Amino acid sequence: MAVRLTVELATLTTAILLIVGTPVAWWLARSRAWYKEAVAAIVALPLVLPPTVLGFYLLVTLGPSGPGGALASLWGARTLAFTFEGLVIGSVVYSLPFVVQPIRNAFEAMGDRPLEVAATLRASPWRSFWTVAVPLARPGFLTGAVLGFAHTVGEFGVVLMIGGNIPGETKVLSVAIYDYVEALRWREANILAGGMVVFAFIVILSMMLIEKRMRRAGE
Amino acid sequence: MSVRPAIEVAFAGELGKFRLDARFDAPGKGITALFGPSGCGKTSVLRCIAGLQRLGGACRVAGEVWQDGDVFLPPHRRAVGYVFQEASLFPHMSVRANLLYSSHGKVLPSASGRIGFDEVVDLLGLDALMGRATQHLSGGERQRVAVGRALLSQPRLLLMDEPLSALDRQSRDEILPFLERLHDTLEIPAFYVTHDMAEVERLADHLVLMRAGKVEAAGPLGGIQADVDLSLARQREAAVSLDAVVAGYDRRYGLARLDVAGGSFLVPSAAEHPVGTGARLRIGAGEVSLAREAPHATSILNLLPARILQARPIDEREMILVLGLGAEGDGATLLARLTRMSWDHLGLAPGMAVVAQVKSAALSLR
Amino acid sequence: MELRVRVKGAAAGFAVVLGLLTASASADQTNVAVAANFTEAANELGAAFKAETGHDAVFSFGATGQLYTQITQGAPFEVFLSADDVRTAKVIEEGLGVNGTDFTYAIGKIVLWSADAALVKGEETLKAGTFAKIAMANPETAPYGAAAVEAMKALGVYDGLQARIVQGTNIAQTYQFVETGNAELGFVALSQIAAGDRGSRWVVPAELYTPIKQDAVLLKKGEQSAAAKAFLDFLKGPAAAAVIEKYGYGTGSAN
Repeated sequence: MAVRLTVELATLTTAILLIVGTPVAWWLARSRAWYKEAVAAIVALPLVLPPTVLGFYLLVTLGPSGPGGALASLWGARTLAFTFEGLVIGSVVYSLPFVVQPIRNAFEAMGDRPLEVAATLRASPWRSFWTVAVPLARPGFLTGAVLGFAHTVGEFGVVLMIGGNIPGETKVLSVAIYDYVEALRWREANILAGGMVVFAFIVILSMMLIEKRMRRAGE
Repeated sequence: MSVRPAIEVAFAGELGKFRLDARFDAPGKGITALFGPSGCGKTSVLRCIAGLQRLGGACRVAGEVWQDGDVFLPPHRRAVGYVFQEASLFPHMSVRANLLYSSHGKVLPSASGRIGFDEVVDLLGLDALMGRATQHLSGGERQRVAVGRALLSQPRLLLMDEPLSALDRQSRDEILPFLERLHDTLEIPAFYVTHDMAEVERLADHLVLMRAGKVEAAGPLGGIQADVDLSLARQREAAVSLDAVVAGYDRRYGLARLDVAGGSFLVPSAAEHPVGTGARLRIGAGEVSLAREAPHATSILNLLPARILQARPIDEREMILVLGLGAEGDGATLLARLTRMSWDHLGLAPGMAVVAQVKSAALSLR
Repeated sequence: MELRVRVKGAAAGFAVVLGLLTASASADQTNVAVAANFTEAANELGAAFKAETGHDAVFSFGATGQLYTQITQGAPFEVFLSADDVRTAKVIEEGLGVNGTDFTYAIGKIVLWSADAALVKGEETLKAGTFAKIAMANPETAPYGAAAVEAMKALGVYDGLQARIVQGTNIAQTYQFVETGNAELGFVALSQIAAGDRGSRWVVPAELYTPIKQDAVLLKKGEQSAAAKAFLDFLKGPAAAAVIEKYGYGTGSAN
C-alpha cells in the first residue's frame, strides 16, 4: 500500500512540477528582470532548508490559520495537512528546484537563435515555444522529471512533518521504512529499502538509456 | 505625387560602443548589399528590420508599416525571410520539416505571389538532401536549406546576414551560383549583409555603404562603385560590375562574346553558353589602360571606344578615371587607374575620346 | 608540498580532538546521552549538579533510537538517559551498559491538549468527538503513543476515533500538529506544556495506561568515571526529583 501510494504521489507531483516548473524555468531563462536571481534563489531555497524546517513552515501554511486551511474550508475541511493533497503540495514545493534547474539550464543552453529563427518563420511565441524550445530542451525536461520523481520518492522529512502517517493516505514508503527501523523491525525495513534502491536504480538507468538513445537518434 | 520607395529604413539608437544612425531607401527588386567593415552595424540594421532588435525609428516594406513611432510589429508578424550567418537549422527536425516549418508542414504549390515548395527545392537543388538528417549536411548544404526555409515563409523581403562567411572557400563557390540563380529568378527583394567585396560584385544590384553605424552612401551598385568621391573607387581593388548578355562563342579559341551597353567584350570561357544568357563581368580599375588611338598591334583583345567622364588624383603618383563606353560615352561605366605620368604624357582631359584597353575581365554567369 | 601541509593540519586537528576526548574521560566531566524530551529538565539538572559536585555533565540530546544506535557504534557516552526502559535493557544485554545500574529517573505523563482554550474539558471531550483530527505519537515507535492508545482503549473510545487519528513520528512532532492547529487536539507529553498554560488540557489519569518509564543506565565507558557515577547518584536524589517533577514528569518516589 505504501509502495502504491508513493508511486501515485511521485507521479502526480512530477506531473504538476512539469506544469508549474516549466513556465518558471522559462521565465528564469529568458527574463531580464533585475529581481530574476532573487526569484531563482527563492525557488532554490528547498535545496538548503532542512526538510524539518520546510515541513514546519508547510504545516503552518497548510494549517487552519494559513492559506491551506482557507483553501480546505472550501470543501469543509480544516486543514490540508494529513491529506494526500497536502503531501502533493509539500512535495511540489520541496522538489521544485530539482525540476526547474535542469529545465532552465536547457532553455539557456539553447540560446536565442532557434527562437529568432522560428519568429522569422512566422511562428508565434506560443508556437515556437512548443515546436522549438520544448523539443530542444527535451534532455532538461527528462532530467528534471527523473530528479523530481526520484526526489519525491525519497522525500522523507517533509512528509513526516505534514503527513500524520495515515495508512493509504499519507504513509509513504520512506516513512514506512523509518517506522520499521524505529520499531526495530529490520526485516521489513530491509525489504522496503532494498526494493526502493532497486526501483530507483531501474528508473534512473532506464532514463539514462532513453536519453542516450535519443541523443544518438538526434545526431 | 512622387512614388514612395519600396523599402524605407531609418533606425537610430545606442548600440554598444557607437551610435547607430542608419537611414536609406531600397528598391522593391533585386539584391541590396549592406557593405562595410565588421562591427559597423550592418547586422544590427538587419535585426532591426526583422524586429529581432528594437531601436527607435521607422521601417516600411512594400507598403506595410513594420515600425514607426509606437507601431512595432513583432518579428513573427513581419513578412521577412531571415538567413542567419550560421544556418541555424532546427536540429530536431528533418530537412523537409525545416523547410515546411512556416507552412505548418503543408506542401503548397506555386501560385501568383507565392513560391511553391517544388520551385524552391528545384531552385536550390534540395531534392537529394530531403531525406538526410540536418546534422549530416555540409556547411554549404545547410545554408542552402536555410535559404529555402526562409523563402518558403513567403517573405516580402529576404534578409541574408553574411550567409557565406561561416563557410569554407569550396562551400562558398558551391553556393554562390544558387544565390545568383535566386537573384535572376525571384521577384523578392533581398538585403545581403557582407564584408566581402567579391560577393557584392557578383550578387548586388544596389549597395549601401556603411561605416561606424552610419550610411556613407546608398544607390545602384555601378553608381557607387564608380563614384570617385567615395572611398570605394580609390581603393587598389576598385572595380565595376557590368551586367552583360552572352552574344556568341568562339569555339576555336574558347572565347565568349558579351555585350554590355556601349560595347562588347571577349572573355575566355571553358564552356559555351546559349546566346542571350545573362552574365556579370567584373572589371578591375587596374585592368584598364588607355590609348589615344587604337593601337595597331597588341595582345589585348578588348579595345573599346570610350570617353573620359571624370578624373581624380588618388595620390601624387596615380589617378582614377571614370570612363563611359561608346563614342559618346553614354554606355556602361568603367574605372581606370593610371599613373599621373601617363595622364600628362598622353595629354588626357575629361570629355576626351579614348580607347579603353581591358586586359582581363572576370566572368560569372547567371 | 601543499599536500604535506594539509596532512599536518589534519593531524593537528586530529590531535586536538583526541586531546578533548581523553580530557573528558579523565577529568571531572561526563558525557551524557539524553532523550530529547528531557532536554530542558536536563539542562537545569546539569547546573544544579555542577553547583553541588563541581563536575560537568556534558549533554548530547537526540532521539532515543538514534542515541542507542550511536552507543552501539562506540560513541563516547558514559551515561544514557533513555526515553523508555527498552533501550536501557538492550544496552545492558549487549554488554554496553553496567548491569544493575539502571533505574527509572522519570515517568512520562500524557495529557490531552488543545491550542483551543475551550475544547478539552476532560474524558467527555474524547467521548463527544467534536473534532476532525486527533494527534498522537506513533504507538509502534513512541512510548507516549502507545500510552495514548492504551488510555483511549481503557475509555472505550479508541475504535470510534481511529479514523481521525494522525500520527507524529515522535512526541515533538505530535506537539507541532496540535500547536499549529492542524489537529484540534492530541495526546502530548505533560513535560512539553508544563511550563505554560496555553489552550486547554486534561492530564490523563495514570491508571489508564502503563507508566512511561524513562530509565537511565551507566555505560561501560563510564564505569571508571567518578563524575558519571556522581551524576547518576545526583539524579536519584530529592533535589533532582523536585526539578524533574517541575517539568511535568513523575519520579520513582512519587510512583
